[in-house]
Amino acid sequence: MAKNKDVLLRIRDLRIEAQTDDEWQEIVHGVNLTLHRGEVLGLIGESGAGKSTIGLAAMGFARDGCRISGGSVEFDGMELTTSSPSALRALRGSRIAYVAQSAAASFNPAHKIIDQHVEAPVMYRIRKRAEAQEDAMQLYERLRLPNPQEIGFRYPHQVSGGQLQRAMTAMAMACRPDLIIFDEPTTALDVTTQIEVLAAIRDIVDQFDTAAIYITHDLAVVAQMADRIKVLLKGEEIEEASTEKMLEDPQEDYTRSLWAVRSFERQQKPRPDDGTKPVVSVQDIDAAYGDTKVLEDVSFDIYPGMTVAVVGESGSGKSTTARCITGLLPPAKGRILFDGTEMPPAFRQRSKDQLRQVQMIYQMADTALNPRLRIGEIIGRPARFYGGLRGVKLKNRVDELLGLIELEPSKFYSRFPPELSGGQKQRIGIARALAAEPRFIICDEVTSALDQLVAEGILKLLDRLQKELGLAYMFITHDLATVRAIADEVVVMQRGRVVEQGPKDEMFQPPHHPYTDLLLSSVPEMDPNWLTALLEERGVDNVGEAAKV
Amino acid sequence: MGDVTKLIARRLVYGALTLLVVSILIFFAVELLPGDIAQAVLGQGATKETVAALREQMGLDQPAPVRYLHWLAGAVHGDFGVSLISGDRVSAVIGPRFLNTLFLASYAAVIAVPFAITLGILVALLRNSIFDRVANVVTLTAISSPEFFLGYILILFFAVKTSAFPAIASIGSHMSFGDLLYRSFLPALTLVLVVTAHMMRMTRAAIISLLASPYIEMARLKGVSPWRVIVRHALPNAWAPIINVVALNLAYLITGVVLVEVVFVYPGIGQLLVDAVSKRDFPIVQACCLIFAATFILLNLAADVGAILTNPRLRHPK
Repeated sequence: MAKNKDVLLRIRDLRIEAQTDDEWQEIVHGVNLTLHRGEVLGLIGESGAGKSTIGLAAMGFARDGCRISGGSVEFDGMELTTSSPSALRALRGSRIAYVAQSAAASFNPAHKIIDQHVEAPVMYRIRKRAEAQEDAMQLYERLRLPNPQEIGFRYPHQVSGGQLQRAMTAMAMACRPDLIIFDEPTTALDVTTQIEVLAAIRDIVDQFDTAAIYITHDLAVVAQMADRIKVLLKGEEIEEASTEKMLEDPQEDYTRSLWAVRSFERQQKPRPDDGTKPVVSVQDIDAAYGDTKVLEDVSFDIYPGMTVAVVGESGSGKSTTARCITGLLPPAKGRILFDGTEMPPAFRQRSKDQLRQVQMIYQMADTALNPRLRIGEIIGRPARFYGGLRGVKLKNRVDELLGLIELEPSKFYSRFPPELSGGQKQRIGIARALAAEPRFIICDEVTSALDQLVAEGILKLLDRLQKELGLAYMFITHDLATVRAIADEVVVMQRGRVVEQGPKDEMFQPPHHPYTDLLLSSVPEMDPNWLTALLEERGVDNVGEAAKV
Repeated sequence: MGDVTKLIARRLVYGALTLLVVSILIFFAVELLPGDIAQAVLGQGATKETVAALREQMGLDQPAPVRYLHWLAGAVHGDFGVSLISGDRVSAVIGPRFLNTLFLASYAAVIAVPFAITLGILVALLRNSIFDRVANVVTLTAISSPEFFLGYILILFFAVKTSAFPAIASIGSHMSFGDLLYRSFLPALTLVLVVTAHMMRMTRAAIISLLASPYIEMARLKGVSPWRVIVRHALPNAWAPIINVVALNLAYLITGVVLVEVVFVYPGIGQLLVDAVSKRDFPIVQACCLIFAATFILLNLAADVGAILTNPRLRHPK
C-alpha cells in the first residue's frame, strides 16, 4: 500500500453534464486521472475539450449549469462527489487552491489584494491576520513582486496583469495547499511577462512540493511546467505520457496534429520594385489620449499585396496605430498617405471611398458581430452602404462572399452569430471586411482568441484571399509564431515607438535590437528545458528586470 | 482624493444650474395660468381701481422677467414673498410644515432603507426559493396598491379594529419625541410599504448580476460561505445601482407624500400644497415646487457622489 499512500488525487470515470436549453448533455465522458503528491500534471487540449471543467471537478466544484453526473473524485482518501457542501468548502482554499486565467477579473475590485490573500487563512484559523499578512509579504518576495511589503495594500486595478497573476499564485499558496489547479494562468499575458509568471509558479510549486494540475492550450508552456501531460479532446482522453515521451513520441494522430500546428509558414514576398507606391504610408505619427502620449514618430509603409506584422507587448501602441490609420484617433502630428495621397486625419472628414479602402477585422469576433443580426445582414450592410447593391444583386454578393470564406451560403445566410463557432465567427468578420471591397485590411489580433488549429485555418484563408484579391494586410499581433507564418515585413513597437523594422527573414536573424531579442527569446519552445536554460542565461534574479530592458 | 472633490464640486455647480432652470420653469408656468391674480384675490365684486391698486402693491404692473428676478433674489435669501390668502410670510408658513414632512420621510427612510436592503440581500442569497417568491409577491403587492388604499387598510386594522395606533396623525411641537413616533407610525408604515419593493428588487438584481463574475467564482473556490460571498464579495460592487434607487425613493418620500398626508391628516408640506393650489396661493405653490425640485436634485447628486465613492477605481486612482 506504500504506493497508494502517495496518490493525492484519483479521478475515475468522471462524467460531467452541462445544461443546454432544457436538457442535460454530457460534456466530459469518463475521464480517469491520477496525481501523486508533489507532481505536476499538464492538461492540454483545445477549447471545448473540458480542461477547466475537469480541473474544477478536482475541487468537487461544478459551474452553474454544470453537474458531475458520474464517476468518482477521490482527494486524499475523501470522496468529493458525495461530500456535503460544507465539507467541500472546508477543503477549498485550504487544501486545494485555484489560480484563474484572468487575475484582473478574478481579484475582487472592491478589496485590497492582501485582504483577499489573508481571507482564507484567517477564515480557516490557520493563521492570525497579522501573521497571514506577514506570510503574504514573504510569498510576494519569493514570487519576486516589486515592493513586497507594500504591493499587497494596493487595489487590483493599481497593479499590472503579470504582477496580479503572481499575486494570485501567492494567494493560492496562502494555506499551503496540497494541490493547486492552474487554469491557463499565463494565457492573457505578453510573452515577456509570461516568463516571469511561469518561473514564479514553477519555483514556488517546487519549494513547497505542491501537486498541481496545469491547464493550458499551449504545448510549449506545458512542456516547461508538467511532469506528465494528458491530452484531451471533446471531453475524452486522447493519451497520457511523461512530458519527454509526449513531446518526442506522441502516439495519436490528434496529438501529432497539435504538435504540427506551428508548421504553417509561407514564403516571404519582396517589395515590388516597379515603382509602385505603398498602399498605406504612415509618416511620423504622434498620438495621445488626453495628456498621455502613446505614439511617437511612428513611420512605416505597406505595399500592395503584402503583409506587415506589427508586434509588441500590450501597451506598445499597436492598436493605437491602427486607430490612427482608420481615423478613429486623429494623430497629433504626422501624415497618413493612401496610394500617395494624404488622407484627412479624422474619419468624419474622409470620403466614402476613402473609408471603403480601409477595413478592420477584430480580435473578439464574439463582440464585433451584432448578435441580433443575421449573417446575411451583417455581411450585406457594407455591400449595400459602399457598393449600393440591393435586392437580388445584394443577395448574390453575400453568397459570393460566404463562398470566399469557405462557408456554405445556404446554411449560414439566415443564422445568428451566437449559433456559430469561434472560427466561423471570425470568418464572418473577414467577409464583412471584404464586402466593402477594400485594398487594405487591418487585422487586430484576429487569431489570438482562437485555438491553434482554427487559427491556422484563418491564417491560410487570409493568405489565399491576399493572393486572389491583392490585399494588403497590417497584422497586429503579439504572437511571434503568427508573424513567422504570415508576415512579409515586421515592425517591432515598444512604448509607442518603432524600435526595429524590416523584412521578416532579416528580423528573425541576429543581430537584433535588444527588445526584439527579448521578445524572440521569450517565446516558449517545445524543449522542456527551455525555460531553465533561458533563466540561467538571463540570470534567475533578473527575470523581472529583463522584461524592462 | 483631489479628483473626487473636483468631481463633487462640478456636480454641485451643475445641480445649481439645473435648479435655476427649474425656477424659471416654475415661475413662468404659474405666469401662464389664465386669469389675473389680483382679480382672483379680490373676487368678483372688486372695482377696477382696487384691482389696479393691488396689482401695483403686488408688483404685477412690472414686466414678468423683472418680477422673476425679484422673486429669485428673494428665494436665494429664503424669502418667498407673502401668502396671498393669509398675508403671512411664505417661509413662516412652509417652514414648520416642511420640517414635519422631513420628519415623516426620515422616519420612513430609517425603517425602509435598512429593511429593504437586508431583505434584498436575503432574497439574493435564497434566490428562487419559496422565501424569495413570497417576498417578491408581498412587496410587489404593496407597491402596486395605491397609497391611500394601503393607508385605509392600515387604519382599518391598526386603528379601527385594534386601536393600537391613532388614525389621525395630528402632531404638534409640544409633543415628546416618543409621542411623535407613535402618532405618525401609520403614515410612516404606509410609506415604508410603498418604497420597499423598488429598493429590495434592485438590491437583489444588482447582487445576482455579479454572481457570474470570475471574482465571485474565485471566492467560492476559496471556500468562502454563500452568505459571505454575497455580503463581502458581491455587495461592495453592487452599491452604485442600489444607491441610485435608494435616492429616488428618498426623493419620493418627500415629494410624493401628498396622498398619505391627506389620508392621515398629517400637517406636512403635501397638504399645504394641495390647499394652496385650490386657493390659487401662488407664492406658496412656487415655493413648494422649488423645494421639491431642490430635494430631487440634491438627492440625485448625493446618489451620484455615493456611486463614485463606492467605486474603488475612482476612489483609488492609479
